[in-house]
Amino acid sequence: MSDVNALGAHIVSSQPGAALSHSVAQGELTVCANASGILSLITFLRDDPRCRFTTLIDICGVDYPERARRFDVVYHLLSMHLNHRVRIKLETEEQNPVPSIASIFPCADWFEREAFDMYGIVFSNHPDLRRILTDYGFQGFPLRKDFPLSGHVEVRYDAEQQRVVYEPVKLMQAFRSFDFLSPWEGMTHQAADDEKPEAAKP
Amino acid sequence: MTPVADDSSNALASPEEKRTFTINFGPQHPAAHGVLRLVLEMDGEIVERVDPHIGLLHRGTEKLIEYKTYLQALPYFDRLDYVAPMNQEHAFCLAIEKLAGIEVPRRARIIRVLYSELGRILNHILNITTQAMDVGAMTPITWGFEEREKLMVFYERASGSRMHAAYVRPGGVHQDLPEKLIDDIEEWCGQYPRVVDDIEGLLTENRIFKQRNVDIGVVTQEDAFKWGFSGVMVRGSGLAWDLRRSQPYEIYNELKFQIPLGKNGDCYDRYLCRIEEMRESVKLMQQCVALLRKNPGPVLPENSKFAPPRRAEMKQSMEALIHHFKLYTEGFHVPAGETYAAVEAPKGEFGVYLVADGGNRPYRVKIRAPGFPHLAAMDYLCKGHMLADVSAVLGSLDIVFGEIDR
Repeated sequence: MSDVNALGAHIVSSQPGAALSHSVAQGELTVCANASGILSLITFLRDDPRCRFTTLIDICGVDYPERARRFDVVYHLLSMHLNHRVRIKLETEEQNPVPSIASIFPCADWFEREAFDMYGIVFSNHPDLRRILTDYGFQGFPLRKDFPLSGHVEVRYDAEQQRVVYEPVKLMQAFRSFDFLSPWEGMTHQAADDEKPEAAKP
Repeated sequence: MTPVADDSSNALASPEEKRTFTINFGPQHPAAHGVLRLVLEMDGEIVERVDPHIGLLHRGTEKLIEYKTYLQALPYFDRLDYVAPMNQEHAFCLAIEKLAGIEVPRRARIIRVLYSELGRILNHILNITTQAMDVGAMTPITWGFEEREKLMVFYERASGSRMHAAYVRPGGVHQDLPEKLIDDIEEWCGQYPRVVDDIEGLLTENRIFKQRNVDIGVVTQEDAFKWGFSGVMVRGSGLAWDLRRSQPYEIYNELKFQIPLGKNGDCYDRYLCRIEEMRESVKLMQQCVALLRKNPGPVLPENSKFAPPRRAEMKQSMEALIHHFKLYTEGFHVPAGETYAAVEAPKGEFGVYLVADGGNRPYRVKIRAPGFPHLAAMDYLCKGHMLADVSAVLGSLDIVFGEIDR
């Protein structure tokens, strides 16, 4: 655990403009970063002899609509040489492009396309920022929290027109999102004592 | 490059005259291993550029999971890599257990490893035999699928379902294995290496198979790092990297197994790696069977908020009945936090990045499928190869669209 902490401190002190802070939870190192410094930070992580994070495992977005800068972009890196991992997190919003790291790791190309497709996070200097998983001509960003689960359009084959047609979603039964959260006690809480409040007693 | 005007020997040297044409490969093509559309830019028989169009099997798994409780989200993982379903569930359960701090009973750990290795063989049988079929060999698939069917029966006898098992649960596995099933798995392990010999007899020294695979789709170690490869794709290039060894989970650090490595990083070496991995998996399964006989006990934590109470207890205790009801309606809560858990799935590193907000539903689950970066490198791997090699490379990448499109 201590060497993970030391590695985090090393990263933050070596990249003062780019890496802001580090934390360790469940034995995993997380470094919060600045979007503008991500290129130099990732290059440093790849080349520094104490880091050598030569494999980019994943890039993904997370949406927090209540925040001013609503998106997190999360990078996971792995070092097969030194057998350790790191997670880089940075905050951004729709208007703020994040520099693409496809020039450092070519596999970032597709991961960034996916983050763009799902959240609308824009990556600057990306070689080919197209949608990747959704349908041709798809509108909206499906993994955002304000995008409805049922989507906006549905697809069916129309026998008369002899082609696939897009129509607004019509549900036979309205989508019901059940709230199973108990108003009394959650499963994580210890059972509270069973006494009723004084006023409720006869 | 500037065109050479007086070079009459090569009429195609000038860019004005060089004409490439585009062909569509898939989405309905048996060698596309599912629904993959490749837009190939060809210069005669030579591939100039590959543009894979994916997402034809996109079902919005990650979105759906955000609307389900943790237990309801589990079966979605069977539907990712439907060739080896339990390995995916395993990664999701590891992530939940890491965040919630659940202790898994020893017998459940052994069963998980047993079925992970069973899944590895399921996957490699399918991959090797379909790779052979992509390059023209019909017999291996008929021999291999006979064994695959037997393994699916083992899935069914453990979980009740041939494919979509939902057997690995947070805290352990759903039910204990019957004695007879353990005996049958052991018997199967005894006879399976002979089947591998048979398949090898058809392929390993087969002239056509070698002509189609040796020196095709070569991945150097540097490429493997740059393109984010994992699993057989790095081991085929001689990198000794296996999460079961380097970041052991469950009981892998107690078990004896070898990690087969390739030398040249071509399609043929990856095929050889997969053959050897199947032999190692059989040995691992035999060790697990021996351990299971020695380790009776529960397969889910007792007196835990994450596992259902025993049926007998529910007949006696009101609290147990309430717990059962709450567990299957509200579900359990996972403390707020984030974690990344990965397993060595048959195709490579399968990871789950789980963000929990303290409620009964995951806030965000990102599924890191090993096939995704592998397929992303298609353009790089196929450039300069012939059209017929595209299907050989695709076969050796081990692509399943359930996990790539999610």
